[in-house]
Amino acid sequence: MSFVSEQEDRLSAAGVSTAQPGDYLALLKPRVMSLVVLTALAGMLIAPQPSHPVIGFAALLAIAVGAGASGALNMWYDADIDALMGRTSLRPIPAGRVLPGEALAFGLVLSALSVFTLGVLANWLSAALLAFTIFFYAVVYTMWLKRWTPQNIVIGGAAGAFPPVVGYAAVTGSVSLESLVLFAIIFVWTPPHFWALALVKSEDYARAGVPMMPNALGGDRTRLEILVYSLVLAPLGVAPWLMGFASWVYGLVAIAGGAAMIHYAVGVWRAREGEAARKACMSLFGASILYLFALFIELVVENGPAQALARLAQSIVS
Amino acid sequence: MSADAPRTEIVQMTPEQAKSRRARNVAIALAIVALVVLFYVVTIAKLGLGVLNKGAW
Repeated sequence: MSFVSEQEDRLSAAGVSTAQPGDYLALLKPRVMSLVVLTALAGMLIAPQPSHPVIGFAALLAIAVGAGASGALNMWYDADIDALMGRTSLRPIPAGRVLPGEALAFGLVLSALSVFTLGVLANWLSAALLAFTIFFYAVVYTMWLKRWTPQNIVIGGAAGAFPPVVGYAAVTGSVSLESLVLFAIIFVWTPPHFWALALVKSEDYARAGVPMMPNALGGDRTRLEILVYSLVLAPLGVAPWLMGFASWVYGLVAIAGGAAMIHYAVGVWRAREGEAARKACMSLFGASILYLFALFIELVVENGPAQALARLAQSIVS
Repeated sequence: MSADAPRTEIVQMTPEQAKSRRARNVAIALAIVALVVLFYVVTIAKLGLGVLNKGAW
């Protein structure tokens, strides 16, 4: 990693780091953390018994910090290729604001702290699942799959799909079919979401030598797989309603969202060149973010505030 | 101390470095305080509010 040693030399010559707290926050990938918080919260709220609000909040915080820690470890390992890609070249390490060693220490300390905190405050099953999630993202995806196979984000997507399972386990001390369905939704959602962006940024990935599907196996194959995954995702997204742990309102959101995902995936399939292709990809990318947020926000609302209000109304009536 | 003792090299920080280090220190202090508060509040929540009632001791 010659790039990293150059950074070490440059910054060590300067003597003392000029990194701001915000640079360390950026290492945690706050946007990814927001999705982790939402999906883990949904996992906690679908649990049959309610969590104590304080313990639930602490568990959620630990899960969020654990996810952030894996982001810091990812940025530490990927600093060399991040420097080569426009989307990631301004991250704290390639931009020279944080030393690679500092990011590694930060990631390791936060990983240990978040797992320990979740274990002590909630239970050790959820802590073990969180530890496995961090390991899966930082080691299995970042160090192994990402630079080796075009299926990197398919398998690696499991790391992003674990938070609802961890959240459910934090409340119940177990893993259920319901939490695994939420896992499956995020797992199947990841490829069309990520490949829509990768189609636009395929030159970046090619320059960095990362075998993403578009630059490794071509745009046509990627478009086909995006369509197939979207066709699987649409009915899978409705499963929580069909299985009875989400309301008909969720069902409507999932049906409409699934139809939109297929619509935009067909758009990507059809538009293969030029500005129209780029627009179709970015539309699918944006729609996929809205889709997942809509599903999980609906789950949170109907299992959190809505159920609390129903309990309050029932207590007033009785 | 003998004249042969190695001299300690003192790094003179630039104003920017000093400001950044102070900001990092404040952030670390706030994080530690937040962690202490979190563990205290969760401990009370786990034990139940009865632990605050002196008559219960």
